[in-house]
Amino acid sequence: MAGTATTTGEAARRIGGGRPVRRGDRIFAGAASGAGVAILAVLAGVAVFLLVKAWPAITADPEQIPGDGGLVAYIAPLAFGTVLSAAIAIVLAVPMAVAVSLFVTHYAPRRLSQPLGYTIDLLAAIPSIIYGLWGIAVLGPAVVGLQQWLEEHLGFLPFFAGPASATGRTMLVVGVVLAVMILPIITAVTREVFAQTPRRHIEAALALGATRWEMIRMTVLPFGRSAIVGASMLGLGRALGETMAVAIILSVSGAVTFNLISSANPSTIAANIALDFPESSGLAVNTLIASGLVLFGITLVVNMAARAVIARGERERRA
Amino acid sequence: MSTHAAPAPRLAGGTLPSWAVWAVYAAAAVPAIALVATTDLAPVAVVAGAVAAAVAAVYAWSRAVEGRRRAADRAVTIVVASAFALALAPLVSVLSTVLERGLERFDAAFFTESARNVVGAGGGAAHAIAGTLVITGVATLVSVPIGVMAGIWLHEYGRGPLKRWLTFLVDVMTGIPSIVAGLFAYALFAIFLGPGVRLGVIGAVALSVLMIPIVVRSVEEMLKIVPQSLREASYALGVPKWRTIVKVVLPTALAGIVTGVMVAVARIIGETAPLLITTGVVTSMNTNPFEGRMQSLPVFAFTQYKNPGAVAQPYIDRAWAAALTLIAIVMLLNLAARVVYRRFGTEVR
Repeated sequence: MAGTATTTGEAARRIGGGRPVRRGDRIFAGAASGAGVAILAVLAGVAVFLLVKAWPAITADPEQIPGDGGLVAYIAPLAFGTVLSAAIAIVLAVPMAVAVSLFVTHYAPRRLSQPLGYTIDLLAAIPSIIYGLWGIAVLGPAVVGLQQWLEEHLGFLPFFAGPASATGRTMLVVGVVLAVMILPIITAVTREVFAQTPRRHIEAALALGATRWEMIRMTVLPFGRSAIVGASMLGLGRALGETMAVAIILSVSGAVTFNLISSANPSTIAANIALDFPESSGLAVNTLIASGLVLFGITLVVNMAARAVIARGERERRA
Repeated sequence: MSTHAAPAPRLAGGTLPSWAVWAVYAAAAVPAIALVATTDLAPVAVVAGAVAAAVAAVYAWSRAVEGRRRAADRAVTIVVASAFALALAPLVSVLSTVLERGLERFDAAFFTESARNVVGAGGGAAHAIAGTLVITGVATLVSVPIGVMAGIWLHEYGRGPLKRWLTFLVDVMTGIPSIVAGLFAYALFAIFLGPGVRLGVIGAVALSVLMIPIVVRSVEEMLKIVPQSLREASYALGVPKWRTIVKVVLPTALAGIVTGVMVAVARIIGETAPLLITTGVVTSMNTNPFEGRMQSLPVFAFTQYKNPGAVAQPYIDRAWAAALTLIAIVMLLNLAARVVYRRFGTEVR
């Protein structure tokens, strides 16, 4: 498509002959490419300005950093909490997303498949602050009993060592809420690719006597593998950077632990910034921005890898 | 052919009767309902248990009658359908909770009064609503021209490595955490205006960082479905390229672009984190984005919930009312976007 657009443009220019390019054309093209360059500048600007404002914290005396342990000691537990919460979310959300996408594209009646898809997309429309309120007011109290059960019966696992929180403001609840939030992001990609599975592959599998599940295992899932990987990484990027839901729900102590059901949890980078930034001044602000820079770096790498995987999958499908 | 009465060879093996799965559901539902009604077990856990039991029963029955492969197929069908139902559960729960708790304070005072000098009950979020509209409006004014022009460049002009890189980076940009966008905007303004600065416009800049890539992507998608023949017809009449884009391509894609912008606005209007750190918190009305702190709906909801007064309930009610307002705005925007697209969208095959 884009290819044809340029060739037509070039052809039109050639037919125009030796006439100079019109001024209006030049101005308009300049404005358009200016906007493109502006976007690149913003992205570069994010990195540069964060670095400038983080620099005082990076070069500061370790004792002046909040917590007295230096920048690395300050950020490390937060980074741990960030990765842990995102990991729970991914573990829960990816199988769900694959199942939901399969249902929408290959199980639900064809007529319903689009409205059902929209309904799942609505999950992405709900602002994260509302997920936070829902998590602390509804989901948390609802799983208190479940967490006690986990502590009693699966307490030998480090994840459920307890003591179980009485309010449900735990890492497990945060992980579940994050999973709900990233589910529509993952399904948006996988749904589209599952629906593109070549008709002839599906027909061939069914003609050989495969049941629907065997057909899906032989055609749809292999066809969509790169999309599943890429979409999961997109979801991971989103979960790593999610702020408000974590800031509201999680009861934080700064402990570094795999214990998911107690009320002593490590915070995440994003939630820590949101909670501490409004009351911070001086070097504390620079420290928070430095932690934001780390978060930016992590999500940038994850997102770039995700987009690269998805783009490669697209190229392979087209070939 | 053969005359003796041998039983017909079984080609397909046995099949479960068509009512079998429904019968299993019904059989699982009865004790589940009884359990929910008589014990204080969590309904979610009971439903999950019932579904698991139904899957196991269908699998066992089908395996005995139809064999392993059909049994696996049936089990997967139930699992997949249940997963979909489970995914809808939070949606239903969130919407009903917000509606139920938000209606408590969803009254005239909420929309006409600010929270200035309000301790305990009463007051409203008029200042937060105004702030949200101003901040989102400024963000839209910044993002739409840049986003539309960049989308035009990508589809109509771009080629080579720059186009590839820009497409890639715009995609990557959609994944920037909102809090990082907020930090960026703060850092940008703090360098020029000094530390601790809080202005509505800083929040708008932060939201623009989040909004621009969404606008670019949707504009590009919409330009893709404008038929090439329209452009060629215009070129054939000697119309320069830029006038072709302005007079032919953009009008054709207009409904789609408007839809895209509305969806993008709906996406950023609920952003809390970047505003929390850039526009600050304030209880009185301020509609000037270049002067002083500015409240917004999501931040209002957050602060009311996080820092309640001695009697917490009025604050919590206000937070839920703000959440309801926010969700109503978001849903209306999404709905309106869909209507615009249905009603005015180009029908291109």
